[in-house]
Amino acid sequence: MTVKIGTPKEVAEGEARVAMTPDSAKALQKLGYACAIETGAGKAAGFADAAYEEAGVEIIKTGAQLYKAADIVAKVRPPTETEAKRLRKGQLLISFFWPAQNEEQMQMLADKGTSVIAMDMVPRISRAQKMDALSSMANIAGYRAVIEAGNNFGRFFTGQVTAAGKVPPAKVLVVGAGVAGLAAIGTSTSLGAITYAFDVRPEVAEQVESMGAEFVYLDFAEETQDGAATGGYAAPSSPEFREAQLAKFRELAPEMDIVITTALIPGREAPELWTEDMVKSMKRGSVIVDLAAEKGGNCKLTVMDDKIVTDNGVTIIGYTDFPSRMATQSSSLYATNVRHMMTDLTPEKDGQVVHDMEDDVIRGATVAHAGEVTYPPPPPKVQAIAAAPKKEPEKELTPEEKRAQELAAFKDQTKRQVTLLGVGAVLVLAVGLVAPASFMQHFIVFVLSVFVGFQVIWGVSHSLHTPLMAVTNAISSIIILGALMQIGSGSVLITVLAALAVFMAAINIFGGFLVTRRMLAMFQKS
Amino acid sequence: MDYGFTIAAYVVAAVLFILSLGGLSGQESAKRAIWYGIAGMAIAVLATLIGPGLGLWWLSLVLIAAGAVVGYQLATRVGMTQMPELVAIMHSLVGLAAVFVGFNADIELGRVAAAFTEAGLAFPRPEDVSPAAAEFAKAFTGFAAIVAKKTAVEVSILKVELVLGIWIGAVTFTGSVVAYGKLAGKVDSAARKLPGGHMLNAGAAALSLLFAVMYLGGAGTWTLVLLTLLALFIGYHLIMGIGGADMPVVVSMLNSYSGWAAAAIGFSLGNDLLIVVGALVGSSGAILSYIMCKAMNRQFVSVILGGFGGAQGPAAEIEGEQVAIDSDGVAAALNEADSVIIVPGYGMAVAQAQNAVSDMTRRLRNAGKEVRFAIHPVAGRLPGHMNVLLAEAKVPYDIVLEMDEINDDFPDTDVVIVIGSNDIVNPAAQEDPNSPIAGMPVLEVWKAKQVIVCKRGQGTGYSGIENPLFFRENTRMFYGDARQSIDSVLSKID
Repeated sequence: MTVKIGTPKEVAEGEARVAMTPDSAKALQKLGYACAIETGAGKAAGFADAAYEEAGVEIIKTGAQLYKAADIVAKVRPPTETEAKRLRKGQLLISFFWPAQNEEQMQMLADKGTSVIAMDMVPRISRAQKMDALSSMANIAGYRAVIEAGNNFGRFFTGQVTAAGKVPPAKVLVVGAGVAGLAAIGTSTSLGAITYAFDVRPEVAEQVESMGAEFVYLDFAEETQDGAATGGYAAPSSPEFREAQLAKFRELAPEMDIVITTALIPGREAPELWTEDMVKSMKRGSVIVDLAAEKGGNCKLTVMDDKIVTDNGVTIIGYTDFPSRMATQSSSLYATNVRHMMTDLTPEKDGQVVHDMEDDVIRGATVAHAGEVTYPPPPPKVQAIAAAPKKEPEKELTPEEKRAQELAAFKDQTKRQVTLLGVGAVLVLAVGLVAPASFMQHFIVFVLSVFVGFQVIWGVSHSLHTPLMAVTNAISSIIILGALMQIGSGSVLITVLAALAVFMAAINIFGGFLVTRRMLAMFQKS
Repeated sequence: MDYGFTIAAYVVAAVLFILSLGGLSGQESAKRAIWYGIAGMAIAVLATLIGPGLGLWWLSLVLIAAGAVVGYQLATRVGMTQMPELVAIMHSLVGLAAVFVGFNADIELGRVAAAFTEAGLAFPRPEDVSPAAAEFAKAFTGFAAIVAKKTAVEVSILKVELVLGIWIGAVTFTGSVVAYGKLAGKVDSAARKLPGGHMLNAGAAALSLLFAVMYLGGAGTWTLVLLTLLALFIGYHLIMGIGGADMPVVVSMLNSYSGWAAAAIGFSLGNDLLIVVGALVGSSGAILSYIMCKAMNRQFVSVILGGFGGAQGPAAEIEGEQVAIDSDGVAAALNEADSVIIVPGYGMAVAQAQNAVSDMTRRLRNAGKEVRFAIHPVAGRLPGHMNVLLAEAKVPYDIVLEMDEINDDFPDTDVVIVIGSNDIVNPAAQEDPNSPIAGMPVLEVWKAKQVIVCKRGQGTGYSGIENPLFFRENTRMFYGDARQSIDSVLSKID
């Protein structure tokens, strides 16, 4: 029987996203699955039922029917109580789940025997990036944050000189250069604003600068954070560091037109980074977008899911549904994430789920399986994607040390050379003691030739090594001289052997030289 | 004709040979230098023909002419991708010629000794030579005349030189034939050994030493024959045990051997020109092998003994996946890039992709982009192999750079295209101390903004070492036959 993947309409108020798009449905069908969707599930995201039908998706009237028909339920938001009740044993749920805040439901589903894959628990390793829904949602949130800010900001982003007067460019500060932060930086710079960015992990400075923003450095000499050790996320910082950070922000606050805060620490309340006094010091008309609103906000004045205007005219936006506000885009990205997850779950592409708990990614994302709660997962076997552990900086040598080193190297070299020469001389002398003069004459020639050879060959350019081999090959057929001298000997055997040698050497001479010439002629200057 | 003239000619020839090697320091001077070599060879052969090699000179001429025809055919028909095979098979000819000449010297020695004994004179010639013996010696011509004048010590030295010449020549012969087979794909290029491995080689070497001693003791020609057979076996077995990617070292080593064999024969024939040239070629090959070994960060001995030196621990695990890209993606990346570096390897030679690569280079350069080539010293199967291939495809040599020249430029490069190379761009060499190739100098392509790897399929290269480059975030894998792949990109570049 074909396994059916079903996507219900999201019941949460204001949620416009959907976990399956016509495109993702086609890809899922290629994996061997059948697809089903609740009537109107994609409407808010801009996908009509007809489009689904065209993609071969079965349209099911009600949510209850869909839950009954589907073997796998793919959705966006964590299930509500009603939805959770509809899930049954052996069914697989794929959605955001927030297991840490949702323990009761997780326990209930585990007891029931439903398997749950939490898209928010996908480990942050390179292989899993394609299903990292948090990242793809954060990307959208970052983009949308800038757009929302622009919507509430009364001026241009980019500086202009017009006939009607000069417009200064907007200054944007992005706090936290994670996925959302980087997306915000990219959007803001491409709109023409002067963008500053801050992050507690100095290794992201390079990424920030590569996107055209300026990284705000702190004058602080703390052991910097190593992103690789915390799975690519930021970790809490020391009080002294925090002070230095706030001081810097206070200094920047009066200049900034738009502030976008994205600082989150996994499993904790969002850190307060934009204090009340900073808000007070900002210009009238400035905008703050707090992407951490859901976790209490980086600014204490933020009201979750709402927009407020302070007494001094600063707008603070605390929406938490940025992805949903761009439902078409976020649905297609999320659906692709889900589809990649299904691809990993279907190694044979035969429409059968293989829930491999040995796989780092699948294990990490699974929070309930085979009647048991499997959260929290063990740490993944591989390190996160973040930067390589820093190396010990190479010690700068003082001039004296350098000179001493050079001197030592020179002495070493001299010693080696003298030893070599000594040993060589003794050997030659030893040979000279026993060998007759006629041999020594040839020997001198030999030794000198080796020397000349070494000196000459070192000068040969690397690119001409093949011609060098061909030409040395040709001239090593000089052995033909020996054969020529022997060929006139009286013995038939000698003549035959010598004749063969002459023939072979001649092949080599002509072949070698000709091919070298051919090669050299090909080398051309541009 | 007096020998004084011959020796003068030899001096001229030797100088010309040295100049011809020295001229290879630059592409332009090399074109002149090759003529020095040809002239030197012509002078040497002519001087020998009209001097000490006067007997049967017509036969020599016929043979040389025949050799010229064959050599000409070989040299004009061979493709540049087949250069390694050609060089290897030519080495085998020199080796075999050395063996023949060596045997001849031994036979001549026996003949002269027999003639002296027949005439009732002592041989080798005693210190106080009798006038009768001196007169008798004059009757010999050519090489026999030299032998006839030798004293006892000189004769034993002659024998040592003979043994050396024959032994090295025989090793060169079979070694080169096997190398040829491997390079031409006629023999499986994987490292293969008979049971017993290096002990077998060591045993054969020890045995040949024993035969050599027996021969010097006067045991007769049969010891020489056995010694030759052993040397032939060693050459075969030694090279069989060396894998495909180590071929640059092997070929240059055989090149060196063929030189030493010529030098040894030169000693036994008392011919200085042979000694000079043999020494030149020998040292040239030795330096090339040294450069190759250094480029692979390996000891010469460990290359010769075959296989990779033992890894010091488990290699670091590689995380990530290989992300594929199609020709549209590659073309888009190239169109956007300002600077491109192409890293060719043996795979380019196999796929005969050099002309497609050259076309692509021309088109990109016409579009005003900076295109350069980075050549690792051991790319390909012969030292400098890639340079020759690119030159054949009319890539100008001034944009083809060595590893040391270009390695610092990768961080500023937009796109690097790796065509059929693997180990020479493996970041594990620098990052993973447990990798079998740890410490080998490599091209740091991963520092570029984007790397495109042209490869036939997933899987490891010759050495079987996993390449973390393929899993990097800035790497895209462009699967398929290199030539077809590049051709398909070519049409999409504007």
